[in-house]
Amino acid sequence: MFKRIPAILGLLAILIAAPLPARAQDVPVVVAAADLQFALVEIADAFKKDTQRELKLTFGSSGNFARQIEQGAPFQMYLSADEQFVFSLADKGLTLDRGTLYAIGRIVIIVPHGSPLKADGTLADLKAGLADGRVKRFAIANPEHAPYGARAEEALRHAGLWDSIKDKLVLGENVSQAAQFATAGGAQGGIIAYSLALSANVSKHGPYALIDDTGHQPLRQQMVLLKKAGETAKAFYAYMQSPSARAIMRRYGFVLPGEQS
Amino acid sequence: MDWEALWLTLKLAGLTVLVLIPLAIAVGRWLAVTSFRGKAVTEAALALPLVLPPTVVGFYLLVAFGSGSWFGQTYQSLFGHSLVFTFEGLLVASVIVNIPFAVQPVQRAFEAISPDLRDAAATCGMSWWRMVWRIELPLAWPGILTGVVLTFAHTLGEFGVVLMVGGSIPGETKTVAIAIYDRVQAFDDVAAAKMSALLLAISLVTIALSYLLTQRLGRRYA
Repeated sequence: MFKRIPAILGLLAILIAAPLPARAQDVPVVVAAADLQFALVEIADAFKKDTQRELKLTFGSSGNFARQIEQGAPFQMYLSADEQFVFSLADKGLTLDRGTLYAIGRIVIIVPHGSPLKADGTLADLKAGLADGRVKRFAIANPEHAPYGARAEEALRHAGLWDSIKDKLVLGENVSQAAQFATAGGAQGGIIAYSLALSANVSKHGPYALIDDTGHQPLRQQMVLLKKAGETAKAFYAYMQSPSARAIMRRYGFVLPGEQS
Repeated sequence: MDWEALWLTLKLAGLTVLVLIPLAIAVGRWLAVTSFRGKAVTEAALALPLVLPPTVVGFYLLVAFGSGSWFGQTYQSLFGHSLVFTFEGLLVASVIVNIPFAVQPVQRAFEAISPDLRDAAATCGMSWWRMVWRIELPLAWPGILTGVVLTFAHTLGEFGVVLMVGGSIPGETKTVAIAIYDRVQAFDDVAAAKMSALLLAISLVTIALSYLLTQRLGRRYA
């Protein structure tokens, strides 16, 4: 048995010596709000095609990323679903500047196929469903740190449904997980990002309807370059404001700065 | 299929074993042959990661590694980058959460060696090092191997701590377990299913291999 030790050690030495790919090159980590899950992947592909530059995309809740950036996470660019997170990081001196508004998001109510609930953007059927017990579980993103969850809460409050629904809520860690919960069948529906509902991956699970955007604060989505931003991150930041990126964002239902919905 | 995540996970598991097992042999043997005041507390502290929720371990590591702590600041000034959200940070976290998985089987193995054997070796004029190398380690080897396998397999499956201190960066901290979570959230069930099946297969093979080796070793040294 002990004769094998050198072999084992040799194998492990190879493990250590093997470089992690793409570490030294300029492949920035770009973190983005989960509502960009599908849109940003497309934009990054187009960016790669146009510039031969690559990105590492990570999606999650805007609030969690803000927290991780405060803790010194090695991200180069941050696309938040809520401008407040960006401003608060800017105030702490963690960003290059105060960033740019890149989109305004919308929320939808989505119900899985076979749900007793209707995809009704006025939330009237949700109200009826809460009253007659059709709604047992309803999914939104965690309002504490996910902007889409906070806006969903506002819309539910605006419709006067918060008190009757709050014990029935299942909270996704971010809006993408909320979409997962809303469509998997365990819940009768949920409030998620329009940009996610517009992806075939999500919409194949059930119908959805836009919720009137006067019932909640606008989802002003701000992006910003962080202190460690390199050439590629800066190029991508500019690319996000280019016509080709804007066309993709528009296709995913985002209202773009300087345009009407 | 996210090969980068798989490679990263195997690398993390391998390095965790490499760093942890020598420590576990030293600590496990020491705990096996000595008794002192506070030994129970020491053993309890080493077993803690077994019972603590990964989120608790993750939270403490995040605080300890973060740019708010002296440790985090010292590390940052030495190496120019933070320990959180890096592969090195993940390795440190992985070593810590795996302590009980490595130390306990090793300690049990050393405890099982009769003190008479040590006395006999000493009577024969064997030096301490020679006695450890020629007698104790071969006898404890099945236990050490169990520690290696448990550590390796547990690292493959670790999720909570990695999620909290890793930050899911592709090629840096995104392990297979995280990649699966990520794919499920992206409604990419096909990729999630493939990676889950692969992880299941690797884990099964690893554990089966350890049972096989332990059996064979057990026969040889019986």
